Formats: sequence, C-alpha cells, structure tokens
Amino acid sequence: MTTKTKAAQFIKKYTMVIALVVVFALFAVLTGGRLLYPQNMSNLLLQNAYVLVMACGMLLCILTGGNVDLSVGSTVCLIGAIGAQLLANTNLNAVLVILICLAAGAVIGVWQGFWIGNVHIPPFICTLAGMFLFRGLGRVVLGSRTVSINNQLFLNIFASYIQIPGIDGDVKWSAFIVGAIVAAFLLVNTILSRAKKARKGYKMASAASAFGKIIVIDALILVYTWKLAHYKGIPVMALWVLAVVLIYAFITSKTAFGRYFYAVGGNEKATKLSGIDTKRVYFMAYASMSFLAGLSGLLMAARIGSVNGDTGTSFEMDAIGSCFIGGASAYGGSGTVSGIMVGAILLGVINQGMSIIGLDNNWQYVVKGAVLLVAVIFDVVSNHKTGKAG
Amino acid sequence: MADNILVMKNITKEFPGVKALDNVNLEVERGEIHALVGENGAGKSTLMNVLSGIYPYGTYTGDIIYEGQECRFKTLRDSEEKGIVIIHQELALIPELSIGENMFLGNERKGKFGIDWDRTYHEAEQHMNQVGLKDDATTLIKDIGTGKQQLVEIAKALSKNVKLLILDEPTSSLNEEDSRMLLNLLLDFKKQGLTSIIISHKINEIAYVADKITVVRDGATIETIDNTDRKVDEDRIIRGMVGRELSDRYPAREHKISPEIGMEVKNWTVYHPVYIEKKVVDNVSFNVHKGEIVGFSGLQGAGRTELAMSIFGGSYGTNISGELSIGGKPIKLRSERAAIEAGLAYVTEDRKGNGLVLEESIAQNTTLARLEKVCSHGIIDVDKENAAAEEFREKLNTKTPSVQQLVGNLSGGNQQKVLLAKWMFADADVLVLDEPTRGIDVGAKYEIYCIMNDMVAQGKSVIMISSEMPELLGMCDRIYVMNEGCMVAEMAAADATQEKIMAAILKSDKA
Repeated sequence: MTTKTKAAQFIKKYTMVIALVVVFALFAVLTGGRLLYPQNMSNLLLQNAYVLVMACGMLLCILTGGNVDLSVGSTVCLIGAIGAQLLANTNLNAVLVILICLAAGAVIGVWQGFWIGNVHIPPFICTLAGMFLFRGLGRVVLGSRTVSINNQLFLNIFASYIQIPGIDGDVKWSAFIVGAIVAAFLLVNTILSRAKKARKGYKMASAASAFGKIIVIDALILVYTWKLAHYKGIPVMALWVLAVVLIYAFITSKTAFGRYFYAVGGNEKATKLSGIDTKRVYFMAYASMSFLAGLSGLLMAARIGSVNGDTGTSFEMDAIGSCFIGGASAYGGSGTVSGIMVGAILLGVINQGMSIIGLDNNWQYVVKGAVLLVAVIFDVVSNHKTGKAG
Repeated sequence: MADNILVMKNITKEFPGVKALDNVNLEVERGEIHALVGENGAGKSTLMNVLSGIYPYGTYTGDIIYEGQECRFKTLRDSEEKGIVIIHQELALIPELSIGENMFLGNERKGKFGIDWDRTYHEAEQHMNQVGLKDDATTLIKDIGTGKQQLVEIAKALSKNVKLLILDEPTSSLNEEDSRMLLNLLLDFKKQGLTSIIISHKINEIAYVADKITVVRDGATIETIDNTDRKVDEDRIIRGMVGRELSDRYPAREHKISPEIGMEVKNWTVYHPVYIEKKVVDNVSFNVHKGEIVGFSGLQGAGRTELAMSIFGGSYGTNISGELSIGGKPIKLRSERAAIEAGLAYVTEDRKGNGLVLEESIAQNTTLARLEKVCSHGIIDVDKENAAAEEFREKLNTKTPSVQQLVGNLSGGNQQKVLLAKWMFADADVLVLDEPTRGIDVGAKYEIYCIMNDMVAQGKSVIMISSEMPELLGMCDRIYVMNEGCMVAEMAAADATQEKIMAAILKSDKA
C-alpha cells in the first residue's frame, strides 16, 4: 500500500476527529486562548453533559433505521419539573426523588416504546406527539412558573465537584491523580491485549498505530484532568456522563443485544426471520431514550438550579445533530458511540467557542446548521464513492 | 454479408484492479434474437451497460457500430434516442404509480398545461395491447404480479420506439408459465422485425428462443453458436460457460432415507394477512423424512412460500390452523425464535430483501440467527464468531478474501452460500430452502446442490421449493405439487416428469 492511499484511509477513518482538532484549534486562536482556560474546559463538559447522555440513547433510535426521537427535549422538561416540584413541596429524600424521576422517565419510555414497537406507530409521529404531550404536562406540573431547586443533597449528587481533603487545596490534585491512573490503566490494557492477541496468533494493528493512538488519548486525558485540577476538580456530572457512555459503548459494540440494533437497521425483515424480536428492539430503543432523557432532565435541573416551561427546548436537535455529525447513518444500521461522542464534543466546542467570542446567538444556529449539513454531505458523498461499482 | 444492426468491436472495460471485459466482439443481425450466456460475473451485464451508455464513451475502449454508424453514447438517454432500450433484471417500476404513469415516466405525454392524462392512458393501453396486457392502464404497479410487471417494462420499451431490445434475466423471477408467455412474445416481436438481446441463465429457454447464442466467460466471448434450427446441444453451452465438463448437472447422492419423520404437517390452513377472508393455504398435509429431500412444485402464487413461512413461527398469514410435529413431537411455534429453537430453518427466496443484512459482514450474517452460540452472558466473542464464519466459508467454498467482507459486495451465488451458512450455523434439522438457486449461475448451482446433499447425508430433512422443474426432478426424492393453496399431487421423483407435474396443476385448475 502506498503512503498516499494510507494517508487517504487515515483521513477517511478519522475525518471527524481531524475536524474536531481543527475546529478546536481555530477557536483556541479566535478566543485568544480563552477556550483553554481551566474554567472553560470544565464548562465544556458540563454544558454538554445532557447532549452526551442523550446522544447515546438517540444512537440506538437512529440505528434502527434513521428514526429519531423528537420528544426528548420535552421529556427533559417534564422530568425536571417533577423533580423540582417534589423537592420544593414534599419532604422526600433527594435520593428517593431521583429514583422517582428516573422511574417516571422509564414510564415515558415504556409508553413510547409500546406505541412504536408493538403498535407500529411511525416513530416520527409518535415522538412528535410526545414532544407536545410532555412539554404540556411539564408546564402543567410547573404551574407555568419557574421552580428553583435548593435541596443541597440533590445538587451534590449531580452538580458538585469531587474534593478530597488533604490532597486538594488550591490545585485539586485528586483530579490529576485520577487522570494519571486512568491513563496508566489504558496503556497497560493495550499492552496486555496485544500480548494476548500475539499469544493466540490473532491479527493485530501495527504497534506504531496502536501505541500512537493510546498515547494521544492518554495525553488528552492528562491535559484535561490537569485543567480540571486547576479549576474545581472532577465534576460529579462527568462521572454520570462517563457511566452512561461506557455502558452504551459496551452494549453497542460487545453484546448480542446491541448487535440486534444494527441488524434491524440493516435489514429488518431478515432480522425478524432470523428469530429476533424486532418489536422488542424498537421498544428498547425508545424506552432507553426516554430514560436517558429523564436522567438528562435531572442533570439539567441540578446544573441550572431551576426548571421552567422552556427547559430542554430543542435539546432533541442537539442529540440528533451529534449522532449524524458523529457518523451515524441517516438510513440506520451504522454508527458508534465513540463516533457520536466526537460529534457531540464538536458541537459543544463550536457552541462554547462562539459564546466566548460573543457571537450573536442567532449566528450560532446558522453555524451549527451548516456544520451538520456539511458532515452529512461528506458522509453520503464519501460512502457513495467507495461503494459498490455501478 | 449479414445485415448487422449492431457490431461491438474489441470492447475492453476495466474497473480498478479488474478487467471486466477483454477484447469482446459481438455481432447482432437485424431481426434476430441473440442470447448472451455466461456465469455470474462473466461480463454480460457489463457489456450491455457499455452498449446502453451507462458506462459512457471514454470509460471503455473499442467501437460500437449501430445501424452502420459509430456510436459514442454518453448517457442512457443517448442510446434510447437511437432505439436501444435495456430492461434490467431488477425492474425499474414505481409500485405506487399506475401502469400508464410508469410507462411514460421521464417521457411524459405533455399537453398545453402539464401532463395530458387522456393521451397518456390511451397510448399506454395501445402499447399494453401489443404485449397482451389486458389490465387497465390506471392500475397501480403494486397490484399486478411480477409477470405482468415484466410486460409493462416491455410495453414501456415499445413506447420508446425500440429497435434493439435488451433483456437482462427477464425470466429470473417468473414462473414457468409466465416465462413461456414472455418468450413467445419475443418471438412474435421478432416476426415484426424487432431485434432482441437476451441475457439468461436458463439454458432451456435460450435454446427455445434464441437464433444465435454467444457464450461469455471471464470477460471474453468464447464462441457464437447458431441455433436457427433450435437444435443446439445444451451441454455444449454449459461447457462453454464454465470452461469445464459438467458431466452431470445434479450431483449423485446415495438415497438413504430414514423411516423416521423429520417434520409432519397436517391440515394446515392459512389466511391472508390483509384480506383475512382469503385462504392462502387450504388444508395442506405433508411430511418429510430424515435424510430426504422433498420438492414443492407449483406456479407462482400457489402458496408454497406462504405455507413455509406460516409454519416458520407464523411469519406469514393470520388465523393459522393445523397440526405440526417436528422429530415426531407435536409442537406449536408461536414465533420465529421458537421455530429456530425447534430446529426449523426457512431459507428465503429473497436473499437481499429477507435474508441478509447487506451492510454487515459475512461473519455477522452467519451468526445472526443463533448469536447466542458465540456469546457468553450476552457478550459476543468476536474471535469465536470469526472462527465459526471461517469454518463455513471453507466448508461451502465461499469465494471471498475474508469473512469481514460485506455481504453486499458478494456475487449472488456467494450470497446464497452465506445464507445457507447462516441456517446451518443455526443447527437446523429441517431446512426449507425457498428457490435456493434463483439467479445464480450453473457452477454455483451445482455447489448448492452438493451442499444440500451433504445436509441430508447428515440426516437432516430438506424441503426444496423451486419453480424450475428439472431441478426438482434432479434433486428430490419426492415431489409435492401445489396449486392455488391446495396440495394437488404427491409423487416419487423417480416416477415424476415435467408433464405429470404440469398435468396435476392444470387438472386441479378445472376442478
């Protein structure tokens, strides 16, 4: 293989990663380095936590055949509203309130999953109905007011920072230590898995590319936790996001259950005739989506500290946009969690960067729309060219 | 000198890394039916795509001389203007539009303000008359059968003032009756002076219809055989196609039928899923022993596929009744999953539509019906999966660089092997193969037959649904004949002939 085709392959495989690097560098320059301030780096994650979480659920919906869930923004509002009202008007323990809210999210998921999976209501219409239904219900629950959240335990669970007395002073060393441990773990894991493959005689990627990749990732982790350490440390919200992302990455790439989402998106009839319960696949896609929307509702409520009737407006578009920018196919059947995370972070960097520059909010929409369109055009065109002859 | 309507000289066409056509020459005389035969991937379709401008001038080398003029077609439209019309294997009709709308799609009959619908439907019905299609021109395409759809395509070609008609596998999805009608229609058109080129795998049809037969192999023309007297030696064509002797088209098999019954169905009745009053399968009973291949013959719409799918966990039809036993035990199958677990496999006639996930790899397709076999606690062991797929790749001789290859990139015969591998991997004891050799070439067919023989040698039961009677006669131990949802005959293959089968169908029609 010539170096030219190798380079082309590299670019094709990591297009969005390269785009992310370029955009990040661009905004780092445009903001005069302010994007790189520890506070902004920390906020980058916090402000996009809901996107990262919901994109995972949205990926499953999109995998089933390019279907999306339009109701998630409204679900965020409804669940946030339920949580806020329970905290404000009852003496229930915050943990119990959280469980109730998550259960309510699951109930919404069962509702949507039932209609879409078992009754075959087209997802677009069913979730459009949900978009109105849950937004309306959310406002009813709020009584058209803004309800603020003062419960300290609730805020601690979602919106605090990890502080370890004795280590953390002005600089939160705990964050960097955790980063270092994770980086070391990843490095060792790579070495061990390569050793295992070598022992069994399986094919593996070249040492240069495998270690190159892991060293870049490790470096990013170290730099990022270094930044966090110089702000307030590791935000608890990061742990929630990380948990969701890891679980969904595992499900989609390693489990039979996850494989079925790809199969349904690739050929639903063939999947059904292979003895797979396609109704259940649809059901689970939408059920999990609403559950994650519920979790996002809690994350949002805790971060903002209040919930009003417009909370979560157009969040569905951020989640959907992340998936498509991150390489999920608009026809279903392909897309990865790592890909959509890149998509979500890319959108996040653009948002954050433009906000720091002070670009008008309206222009931010224009830029986001353009990025989404370009990403999908690129995906369609590049796949078409490398597709079958004729 | 012969009056050639078309001469293609030294055509060479390369795809990246592959020479699809290598110095191909083709001469077609005015007013003849010229057949192109060859295995899948031999280059027949590529050659026709060069001719019709799908591969534009400049992407190939060589000359096309049509009606005495050198032609350099840049698009399909250029060639259509000259009267060259190609009808592809996969019909290009839009199901939701009417026959008339389809016929003039892209070629609308315009009035002063938009489309002149009266003229559209009037002209459409004129052309439909020419092909013997009696339906109303406003009928939607989805409401007529595949046979009639094929006729609509031909009528559409006629509406374009066709002089040279190219048909790519026109009968691959038709039953014998419709195929015969179509071929006779071509012979009629020939009398009226139309020249046709027909690409087909079905050698008996070609022997029946073609005046000249050109054999293509590995991107080169091997020979052109004259068949004006309709006495061509079929074996000679096959030899030319595969480049080797195929002493027997059906591999020999030791008939070791066990007295044990693999699957038995009694009084099976199924109603249509949408028109729930319509009986699709009517009180059908049959059985298949272990180690036996049982054939199902019948015309299209006889209810064979519907019968098989309704047994396979009720994946077709409503209000299904009847008794089913597998391996001697009565059983009720409420879902496809239950059917698979009971050891039943339904290998669909529609590879691409119902069988395979084209965007996924061979390995992923192979394991799909029984993914749990390569899983522990729901987690897929990818190495184990690949090893399993590799095992079947070797066993079935699937031609692919690796099991990571996307199934969509394989040829029809190799896709069929992956589909078979999938159901063999699922440990089925009773396999229903619905049109297992549809649209695949002679060499691959032979391999599929061998696989079937291996299956029964292992004591499995095989049910083969096929519209090709010679194949049923060559492969089966017993043959059931179905017509209009009913079982109309059962015969030992040794006693069966094509005439007997047709007679059984026709007699039942009168009743």
